This record gives sequence, structure tokens and C-alpha cells, in this order.
Amino acid sequence: MSSTKYILGLFDDPDVMMHGIDKLQKNSIPIYDVYTPMPIHGIDAKLGVKESRLGYAAFMFGCLGGTVIFSIIYYCLVHDWPMNIGGKPYFAIPDFVPATFEWTVLFTAFGMAFTFFYATHLFPGRAPRVMDLRATDDRFVIAIDAKGNVSHEDITNILKEAGAVEVKHNTRKYVSYE
Amino acid sequence: MASHKESIIREPLITGENITYAKITTDVLSPVENAPNKAWWIGFIVSALGALLWVFAVSWTFWFGIGSWGLNKTVGWAWDITGFVWWVGIGHAGTLISAILLLFRQNWRNSINRSAEAMTIFAVICAATYVVSHMGRPWLAYWPLPLPNQFGLWVNFNSPLVWDVFAISTYFSVSLVFWYIGLLPDIASIRDRATGLRRRIYSICSFGWTGSVKTWQRFETVSLILAGVSTPLVLSVHTIVSMDFATSLEPGWHTTIFPPYFVAGAIFSGFAMVQTLLLVTRKVLGLENYITMFHIESMNKIILVTGSIVGVAYLTEFFIAYYSGGEYEQYTFLNRFTGPFWWAGCMMYGCNILMTQVMWFKKIRTNIAMAWVLSIIVNIGMWFERFVIIVTSLHRDFIPSSWAMFYPTWVDVSVFIGSIGLFFTLFLLFLRVLPSIAMAEVKLLLKSSSEQAKKKQIEEGHLDPVQVQYYKDSLIPYDTVDLEKYENA
Repeated sequence: MSSTKYILGLFDDPDVMMHGIDKLQKNSIPIYDVYTPMPIHGIDAKLGVKESRLGYAAFMFGCLGGTVIFSIIYYCLVHDWPMNIGGKPYFAIPDFVPATFEWTVLFTAFGMAFTFFYATHLFPGRAPRVMDLRATDDRFVIAIDAKGNVSHEDITNILKEAGAVEVKHNTRKYVSYE
Repeated sequence: MASHKESIIREPLITGENITYAKITTDVLSPVENAPNKAWWIGFIVSALGALLWVFAVSWTFWFGIGSWGLNKTVGWAWDITGFVWWVGIGHAGTLISAILLLFRQNWRNSINRSAEAMTIFAVICAATYVVSHMGRPWLAYWPLPLPNQFGLWVNFNSPLVWDVFAISTYFSVSLVFWYIGLLPDIASIRDRATGLRRRIYSICSFGWTGSVKTWQRFETVSLILAGVSTPLVLSVHTIVSMDFATSLEPGWHTTIFPPYFVAGAIFSGFAMVQTLLLVTRKVLGLENYITMFHIESMNKIILVTGSIVGVAYLTEFFIAYYSGGEYEQYTFLNRFTGPFWWAGCMMYGCNILMTQVMWFKKIRTNIAMAWVLSIIVNIGMWFERFVIIVTSLHRDFIPSSWAMFYPTWVDVSVFIGSIGLFFTLFLLFLRVLPSIAMAEVKLLLKSSSEQAKKKQIEEGHLDPVQVQYYKDSLIPYDTVDLEKYENA
């Protein structure tokens, strides 16, 4: 039994890699993940990754931020200690707009950023689960779980035919635990 | 997708031959991965001395109080608020480049956004220090926050000064988040090339970034939404800064034109500072292939447009002062030329309006030395604009018996010069430890918008020769393009 855990196809061109994905999928070889040094549009659709819902989170956080600061201002200036400034209304909504706007943006940005970090498991000190060190430099890496039914040789051949500059048989999932 | 061919009539955003993805990484990371050169050390030592001067002058201010500045009863705001508004204004270009130009899909932003955003953050730090030090009692700096206290009082949310606290703090922290999220993939690139302790440090900073499909997809969503919320944010910040003045009854300040006028001025001065820094950075760090003549000219065009908007605002102010019939208002504007601070007025109008109008000429826009000199002139002019608005308005307003002059003390001057030192210290450190160009975003352009991709298109033929000629002509001003290659092509 082979000790290979993951087979990596390394490409040096994003378009060639995209054709590689097509080719693997035509041969019904499931792709574990793809690692690229830059965002490549269209991979998510090919791999069936659902559209991100972070926008909804951002909207909810924005609503929360606006509501929180507007409530604080209302409590301070209208409810708790109304100040008579030349007989003008205490509940001076236009004056409350700037601070409300700022906190709407603040909560949107931070709420969304932390949701992104949480959902993607990004935090300072997390061990980077890197399969190939050049995936953040100049290699576009398709990772295939070697446990599948297709023989490793076939996978290697398909990747090579698709234009992979290198095919790796890794016995460990990640290289970055050293 | 990366394979789309771009129209030949667009200028290249990456010049040079044999640029590969690996070469982009190596070129951009060379200042991070190698020992700094002499130019960096000289710059750093000078800036660090400036920063030390700042520490000394600010400590002096804290120890002896605001009395060590040249303020008096008539001119209660002077170099401190001038410096504050100047730095906040400079801080506007970064977010403009990263957010507004992203929404408009301006690809040339990709190679300048990183350092412009860093510049934003450092400029806002400088501005924030002014806010704290001008309070007089900096240990009470938390008072503008609506915290429960023993007086049972709340802050006044009707006041632009309180809005400003919210605006600046939000702007700073959101810019920081935007910048850092953009940095994650590039920090991961450094991490994967480093060894030992460096790798460990960059590993912690990279948050475990891998570049998997889902990460990139979410990253792009986050960038787009952050750009969307930062765009109104950046406009709101200087609007609110202008309201610090506009909502008062002071002649020269009490005008409804202030918000758009200040926002245009902020973008104007911010781009000038980006130009000042990047023209030097590209040369010293050898990044001429990534920050090309197209970037320089585009920034000059923005400087010209915003400078002209500022010019229109100046004219409007003068006209309205005349048209309003208010004699205090009229005197304030006459006083800018006829009063004792006439030279400051001349610096303001001369540097900002007269000098930048020469950028209508393409020869000047594409001349690197001229662009650099003009950017410095704009920086100076915009400092004087704030000085004129603040000091020249305050020193002679309603009652002639309370008219006074303002003379800065050595502390005023040292805090200002020191803040420039602080800014450059932070910027130079940034160049040493983080990639000054967003590598992942520049790599996106390699297959479509680079000179080599365009050259390949030309060599393949099938293009309209008129368009090809237009493209070749547009390459003439480039300092990094060898035109001889195109002679026979």
C-alpha cells in the first residue's frame, strides 16, 4: 500500500490550471482544494463552492452598529439629560447622523472582518496548513486526496497531460508543521 | 479570467521583459529579504532623529502645558490644528486609492494601493497625536467618549468635535483592517520563503493564510464590501473635519462650501504625498517596472483635477464673501492678501492653484523630476491653506481691539517637523518589513496588462496598425521601456 496521502499538481499558469481542473473533473477525480498565489475567478464555480454569505453578515453588523450608537445618543441626549440649547428640539436627528453613520461603518467592517477570520479559521499564531510552499509564490496547486479509487498513476498522467510542471506525491498532508 | 486579452490601446501597467510570477515576488520582496541599502539607512537615521525631536517636543508640551506653544487669547488654534488637518488630508489618498479606485475597477491602483494605505495609517497616527497633544491635558483624552462618569454628564453629540472623534477613530481602525486583510496573502508569501525565526514571526502575522479557493473567494467579498463602506467613510471624515470650522460663526470658516472643498483638498494633498513617496520609493527599491509612467501620470491627472476643484472652491469663497455683503466676511478675505499674513495667502493660492495648472501639459505630467517637485509644492501649499484658514481667519475677526498676531515657538516648529520625522520613520520601517506592493494583485495583471503580454499581441499580428501605432506612441514617455524593441515589430 502506498503511503501517498495527497497528490499535488503544480502549474505555472492559471489558465492551464483551469483546464487541468476541467480535465480532472471529466475523469471524475474529486479535487480536494486548489491553492493559488492570487485570486482566480471561476475556480469556485467549477469546484461548486457556494457564494460567500459574508455580505449578509456585513449588513447585519451594520444595522447593529447603527442601532447601538443611535440608542446611546438617544439615551444620553434625549432621555437621560436633555440640554436646552436655545429652545431647539432635544431629539435633533440630523445631528445624530454623523456618529450613527460612523458606527454603522465601524461595526460593518469589524464584524465582517472577524466573521471572515472565524469562518476561515484565520487567527494570529494558527499553524499554516500549507501543502506546497510555492503556492504563495508562483505555483497554482491542485490537491487531490489520494484515498480515492483512481490509481495514482492515472492521476499523475492526467495532471501531466494537462500541463502540470510538476506532480508531487506527498506522504504528509501539510508541509508546514516542521 | 486571467487569459482575457486587454485592448492594445491601453498603456501597460507592468513593464520590462521576462517578468514571471516568481520575479514579481522576488522583486517586491527584495527590500524585505535583504539588508537595507545605504539610501534606506540615511533616510532612516534622518527620520529617526526627527521622530526623536517629536518625542522631545511633545514631552515638553505635556510637561509645561500648551503655554509652551505660541497660542494667545485671539489665536487659540494654530499650528496644532493646521498640522492635524494637514495630516488627516494626506491620509485620504490611501483609502481613495484602495476603495474608490477598486469600485471603479481601476487596475492601476493594484501596484500603489499598499504603500498608499500604509501612508494613510501613518498620516492618521500623526494627526491623532496632534489631537491628543492639543487637548492640553492629554491624560483626560477619554473625555470625548460617552462614558458614564461621576458628573452624570454625557458628551454633546450635537458637536462636530465629537463627530470628529468618531470619524477619525473609525477611519483609522477601518483603514487598518482593510490594509491588514490585504496584507495577509503577501505576508504568507514572505513566510513560505523564510526560515527560522523570521518564518515563525511572519507565520504568526499571516494568520495561517493558505490561499485555498474558499479563502480567496471570501477575501474578495470582504475587499469589495470594505471598499464599499470605506468610500462614504473617507468622504465623511474630511466633511466632518471641515464642520469643525464650518459650524462656527467665525468669518472665513462659516461657509457651506467647506465639506466638498475640504474633501477635494484632502485628496489633492494625499495624492501629492503618495507621489512624493512613490517617486523616491520606486527608484530606491528598484520598482520602476511596477510603478510605471502610467501610474505617475494618472496620479498627476488626479492632482490636477482635485487641484482645480480646490481652485473653484477658492473662487467661490471670494465671490460669496463679496456677494454676501457681510463686511466681516469681506474683510477676512481681503486680509488674506493685504494683512500681515499676506505671504501665507500667496503661498496657499500660488502653490495650490497656479503651480498645479502647469500639469495640463503632458510633457510636465510625464516628467518625473517635475512631478516630484510639484508634489512637494502641493504639500507645502496645502499646509499653508490650513494655516491661512485657521490663523489668518482667527487673528483678525470682529473686534479690532482683540486683533493679534501669531508667532510659533520652537515647540510648535519642533512638533511639526518631528511629526514629519515620525511619519517617515514609520514608512521606512514599513518598507523594510512588509511588501510595499500588493504582490497578489499585481500578479493578476501580468497576463493581461503587462508590456510583454501586449508585445506578444503585437507580434501575433491581427491588430489594427493604427491602434498599434497609438500604443507605441504612448510608450514614449516611459522611462522603463526600451523603444528600440518596437522599431522592427
